[in-house]
Amino acid sequence: MASFILLLHEDPSGFAALSPQDMQNIIQEYTAWSDAMRRKGVLKRGIKLEDGAGRTVKGAVVTDGPYSEAKEVIGGIFELEADTYDAAAELAKTCPHAKYGVIEIRRVEIG
Amino acid sequence: MAAEGELAAHLFRRESGRMVASLVRVLGPRYLDLAEDCVQESFIRALERWPFEGVPANPAGWLTLVARNRAIDRLRRDKRLSTDVPDTSFDASRDETAEQLELISLCCHPSLSEESRIALTLKTACGFSTGEIARALLAQETAVAQRIVRAKRQIRDEGLNAGIADSSTVLRVLYLLYNEGYSATGGDELLRTDLCEEAIRLTMMVADHRSSASPAADALVALMLLQAARFAARIDDAGALSVLDEQDRGKWDARLISAGLERLRRSARGETLTMYHLQAEIASLHMAAQRTDWVRINELYDALLELEPTPVVKLNRAVAVARVAGARQGIAELVELEREPSLQNYHLLPAVLGALWREAGDANRASHYERRALVLAPTAAERRLLERRVGSMG
Repeated sequence: MASFILLLHEDPSGFAALSPQDMQNIIQEYTAWSDAMRRKGVLKRGIKLEDGAGRTVKGAVVTDGPYSEAKEVIGGIFELEADTYDAAAELAKTCPHAKYGVIEIRRVEIG
Repeated sequence: MAAEGELAAHLFRRESGRMVASLVRVLGPRYLDLAEDCVQESFIRALERWPFEGVPANPAGWLTLVARNRAIDRLRRDKRLSTDVPDTSFDASRDETAEQLELISLCCHPSLSEESRIALTLKTACGFSTGEIARALLAQETAVAQRIVRAKRQIRDEGLNAGIADSSTVLRVLYLLYNEGYSATGGDELLRTDLCEEAIRLTMMVADHRSSASPAADALVALMLLQAARFAARIDDAGALSVLDEQDRGKWDARLISAGLERLRRSARGETLTMYHLQAEIASLHMAAQRTDWVRINELYDALLELEPTPVVKLNRAVAVARVAGARQGIAELVELEREPSLQNYHLLPAVLGALWREAGDANRASHYERRALVLAPTAAERRLLERRVGSMG
C-alpha cells in the first residue's frame, strides 16, 4: 500500500452563481465520498488550502498569491491509500471533484 | 432528523432566509443587497471548506458567524455604510421569527408589483437563486433577475420599510406562490413541490406568530395542507394527472388531512369570511369519506364568486353546478367563459366542456372540445390524462 496525494484543481469563479441548494447538494456529494473512503479505510486525511492568498518565493523575492496566475487553483488535498496509480485513479474517479474540476494524482515516494 | 455530519434537507435555503432577515434587521432594508452578499459568502466558504473538513457540528452557527463577520467587516470598511448603520452588536435575544416575518412583509410590500413580490420573497426569504425562481415560475432568468433588481432599487429609492404591514398582501403572495407550485403546468416537478412546501412553511409562520396571526392565515394554511394531502395521488403510476374522482384515496396523506381540518376548525373565528375560508372548506368537502356534498360545495362557490369573480372560480363552480343540476346546466354556466380572453389557452375549460358534453350525451361536441383540450394541454402528464379519457370513450 502506498500513499497518493490528490491535488484538487478548481476554478472558484463559478461558485458565486450557485444557489444555496446547489451548494448544499455539492457539499453533500463530497462528504458522502469522503465518508465512503473513510469506511473503506483508505482516506488518510483531507487538507483545505487557504483561498485567495498565498506567497511565492523565488530566491530572495517573495510575491503575493499562489504560483500560477491561472484561474485554476489548488483548493485542497486528499491523501489516499492505494496499491497502484490505477487503483488510486479508480478511487479518484468516484470523487465529485472529477466532474467539477480536475484531480491531479501523485504518489508519495518512499525510500 | 439528519445524521451527525449530514445536512438537514434544504438547510441552506432555510438558513439563507433566516440570516438575510437577521442582517436586514441590523443593516436596514436599503442594504438588502449587502445582506444577501454576506449570506452568499458564508455558503461559498462552506463549499470551499466543508468538503475537506467535514460538516461542522453546528452548521447553522458556523454559517451565521461567517455572515456576521463579513457584515461587520463591510461596516468597518465602508464609511457611508457605517454612518447609516450604528455599529450595534447583534442582539442575542431577538425574535428570529419576527425578523423573518418583517423580511417577508418587506418583500410583499404593496408598492412593489405582484410579480416582484413573489420573486423577491422566493429570493430573499426562501433562499432560491434567480435560476431556480425562473425554472419554477416558467419565466426567463434575465427577466426574473431584472424584476428583483428593480424591486430592490424601489425599496432603496422609496425607503420602503418592513414591519408587519399589510398582512392580506402577504397572504395573497403566499397563496399565489402555493398556486405556482400546485398547478404544475410543466417545468421542474421537484422545484414546484418545493414552492408548495415553502408557501406552507411561511404561511404557518404568519399564522402562528402573535403579531400576524389571523383567521385568514389559518384558513390559508388549511387550504394548502388539504390540497397537499392529495399531492401523491395526483400523479398516478403512468405519470398522468388524476382528476379528483379517479384518485386513489388510499394515497391521500391522512396526517395532512387531519392537520388541515384542524386548521380549518381554528380558522372558524372572527367576522370575516375570506376566500381562503371558502376554498379550504370546499377542499375539505372533497375529502369527505362518504359522498361528496355537492350542494354545499355549490353554495360555497356562489359565495366565492362574490369575493373572487374570476374565470377560474366560475369554471370550478360550473363543475359543481353540473353535479347538482345536471350536465347541461353546467354547460350553460360556461357559455360566457368561452369568450373570456384570459381562458383562451386554458386547457381545463375545453376539458370540462368535453366531459360535460359526454355526460349530456353529445359525442360530437364532446370530441370537439376534447381535441381542443389536447392541443392546449401544457404538460405530457396532462396530455396523457386527456388522451386516456378520450381513448376510454371510444
